[in-house]
Amino acid sequence: FAEFDDAANLLAVNPDATTISIEEPVEIPKKQHGRLQESGREEDDELLGTDDSDKAELLAGQKKSAPFWTFEYYQTFFDVDTYQVLDRIKGSVFPVPGKNFVRLYIRSNPDLYGPFWICATLVFTIAVSGNLSNFLIHLGKPTYHYVPEFRKVSIAATAIYAYAWLVPLALWGFLVWRNSKVMNIVSYSFLEIVCVYGYSLFIYIPTAILWIIPQQVVRWVLMFFSMCLSATFLVMTFWPAVRDDNRRIALATVVTIVLLHDLMSVGCLEYFFDAPELDLPAPVIPVHNSTTVVTKS
Amino acid sequence: IPLQFAGLADVSISEDIPVEGEITVPVGAQSPEEDFSTLDEPVKDTIMRDLKAVGKKFVHVMYPKKSSALLRDWDLWGPLVLCVSLALMLQGGSADSKDDGGPQFAEVFVIIWFGAVVITLNSKLLGGTISFFQSLCVLGYCVMPLTVAMLVCRLVLLVGAGTVSFIIRLIVVVAMFGWSTLASTAFLADSQPPNRKALVVYPIFLFYFVISWMILTFTPQ
Repeated sequence: FAEFDDAANLLAVNPDATTISIEEPVEIPKKQHGRLQESGREEDDELLGTDDSDKAELLAGQKKSAPFWTFEYYQTFFDVDTYQVLDRIKGSVFPVPGKNFVRLYIRSNPDLYGPFWICATLVFTIAVSGNLSNFLIHLGKPTYHYVPEFRKVSIAATAIYAYAWLVPLALWGFLVWRNSKVMNIVSYSFLEIVCVYGYSLFIYIPTAILWIIPQQVVRWVLMFFSMCLSATFLVMTFWPAVRDDNRRIALATVVTIVLLHDLMSVGCLEYFFDAPELDLPAPVIPVHNSTTVVTKS
Repeated sequence: IPLQFAGLADVSISEDIPVEGEITVPVGAQSPEEDFSTLDEPVKDTIMRDLKAVGKKFVHVMYPKKSSALLRDWDLWGPLVLCVSLALMLQGGSADSKDDGGPQFAEVFVIIWFGAVVITLNSKLLGGTISFFQSLCVLGYCVMPLTVAMLVCRLVLLVGAGTVSFIIRLIVVVAMFGWSTLASTAFLADSQPPNRKALVVYPIFLFYFVISWMILTFTPQ
């Protein structure tokens, strides 16, 4: 465990190194800090949580020290490599109890690439899949004239981007308010919450593609499955942040998070995908010369 | 006779000191484009020069090799012409007064330009070394195969609108979509840091996919 010693030394030296230069000295301790987190994740949750938050706040403060009107400030939010984005996506799709997504994957480096492009992909996937599924459902009917329904793209974009950015804003505000009342809560920064919500929406992309299948049962099973996965992911991420609070408030927060998430996914399914019509047996119509005609619609 | 200044205080040159010498600036090798001012040339020459530059870039898109000509002398005329013609050809779709028709002219325009700007910003934020307008230029010019696909689709739809015509349109659009994506990736991939190439290429793929979708789902009234 030489890395332990190195990391400890670098972290001890760190407060002195802040004033010199910003980018280079932070790179190394950031990566070593990551390894420190990984080797220590079997330890007690709370211990690592509060310790980490202090050190991570220091590191986070050092990293984003460019003024907010320069381009470099925004480049710090896109400081991810391909494998990191893929790892984060994998971490969101397979939530494992005991591994906190934020602590493990994001802690020192929240990115805006994932949330933005996952939302964009989801918008177009839902619009295209909805259009395609409606086309397939109504295919044989003579009265049906195909329309591209392009207006639904703007509606989908508004809904999904509003959900992925305004709900984290509200949640962050709520957590900050509770943090001011109850001291030792693990707190996440706004960007980390945006990251969590953005990556939690990834599971809906393959789900939306599979929703093309025009069977109600299949669609609801898929919906239930993806809702469980992403709600579990959200709950496991946010539970450490609220569990030190009053029991009722903590439960209410978690329930609200899950409810909003479910509302969003049910709304998407209902609005963008027409219900496949059932093939009903037609009523028997008696004709005046007493032969019955059965019509099938 | 070299000029000698006694000090800065006395800068006047009295008449009994003869002043002579050459004050010509040595003229270096002039670049061939600038040997005379372009203000005096006939308008036809100006227009033809710009048209030739645009045409040369179209040829570069058709046969994408890694050449720096497209990047170095960027212009936005080609993208503008392509965008306007694509948006015009996407009109006349199921444009009844209901909202569920195809994209309007403004929507196509905004998607293409806003999409190109967002992709450029994305690649610059990820650390790309290409300049803003160069990237816009490349993305705009690489819409050309899709504009050709739109033209072919409209012609095919004039002939008939059945399953066969749909299959032809599908094949043409998919081929042109692949061509656009490959062409723009060929030009833009070099300027990205190597461990982030996929992060930059994916939005370009999404962009051309959306445009292809708009082209494929075009149905005339």
